Amino acid sequence: MRQIIYFIKKFRYFLLFIVLETLAFIVIVQDRSYHQSKFVNSANAITGGFYNKANSVSAFFHLKKDNQLLSEENARLKNLLEARENKFVLDSFTVKDTSEYFQKYDYSTAKIINNNFTKRNNFLTINKGAKHGLAPDLGVINSKGIIGVIKNVSSNYANVLSILNTDSKINVRLKNSNHFGTLIWDGKDYNITQIIDIPRQAVVKAGDTIITGGKSAIFPEGIAVGVVKDFKYEQNKYQIINIVLFNDMSAIGEVQIVKNLYKDEQITLEQSVVNE
Amino acid sequence: MNNIALNNVARFIGLLFLQVFILNHVNIFGYINPMVYIAWVFLYPVRKTRSVFLILSFLLGISIDFFSDSGGVNAFAITFIAYFRLPILMAVLRKSDLDYGQFNLKTLSANKIILFIAILTFIHHFIVFSVEYFSFSELLNIVSRTVFTGIFTILISFLGITLFTKKK
Repeated sequence: MRQIIYFIKKFRYFLLFIVLETLAFIVIVQDRSYHQSKFVNSANAITGGFYNKANSVSAFFHLKKDNQLLSEENARLKNLLEARENKFVLDSFTVKDTSEYFQKYDYSTAKIINNNFTKRNNFLTINKGAKHGLAPDLGVINSKGIIGVIKNVSSNYANVLSILNTDSKINVRLKNSNHFGTLIWDGKDYNITQIIDIPRQAVVKAGDTIITGGKSAIFPEGIAVGVVKDFKYEQNKYQIINIVLFNDMSAIGEVQIVKNLYKDEQITLEQSVVNE
Repeated sequence: MNNIALNNVARFIGLLFLQVFILNHVNIFGYINPMVYIAWVFLYPVRKTRSVFLILSFLLGISIDFFSDSGGVNAFAITFIAYFRLPILMAVLRKSDLDYGQFNLKTLSANKIILFIAILTFIHHFIVFSVEYFSFSELLNIVSRTVFTGIFTILISFLGITLFTKKK
């Protein structure tokens, strides 16, 4: 017994060191497993509160740009509306078919209060949380394209897995054909992401537009992502396709959260097929 | 004694906020964010009892992790260099025993301060980037990021230490 106490006394700093490192290691492992929600994240009340305060100052300097983005988006939506009204006028009759008004996606707004884009694995913090109806696995977009997927929520804040992250794998497709691929990021340039798994029969040209595919239960189909910059076609398949994002990931402020109202239904159905 | 404790508290909070609100967003050359918060390890008084120092270093690291969503990476790396600070300091000074209590980093020559800071910084940065990339095929990226970020961390911490700490 005395020897054990002596041992502990002699190596107490080393033991403390080992305990602390083990603790840190557990946090790292837990953090890296994708399907587990993280404990150490910036969506808690303290860090979120600080970021919110800091952001209320810095947001002031982006007002001009945010306004411009809003008015651009307004113009785009008005154009869409205009096109739609014209169609109805040409048809010259009104149909009130309630089955046409089937709402699949619900959009709400939020603001990014902390943005990272220089690390290998980037996360964002937004100023809405469980209190505002957010939950993990909701999509985050803005007027120019996709931004990420919510990973953790606290009551007032949420933590978003940016598309600039190793764990981010988003289903995308070419706009002019229906070939699907997966959007990943190689960690080099925050304006350039990559697409893998595009089938070899797809025809890809530099300048082609990439949009989200409808395969995932998170994002609606057709949200803009970027344009093809260049690609490598070797051994009869596309090795890598570089795309330039429409979004400047270093300067994003206001975002929209997409909630798929039929997500549970889709996932249950897909899983029942897998289980059979 | 009280004064030293107060100093440490102020330094803890100061370095934490400096790191998460300013240095994490400076993006020198587009991607370099110096991690100056490890100046905590350089500046904490060298004492014979080290438990408080180790625990506080861990807490500083985990606080940085909370803010920057980096898991436990910073906590792991800063605890590592906190533990090996004393052996490295001894090696740099080529001494086998220190006069605890009397020791002050500022009394050393600039070469030795830089050497001491550089060793700890590169160990810390290498751990951080290795865990962040977590792949052997990215070794080149890990090393280049360690070196470039490290240079800025060393520069800023050395300037900070020479300019903003009092010489006894």
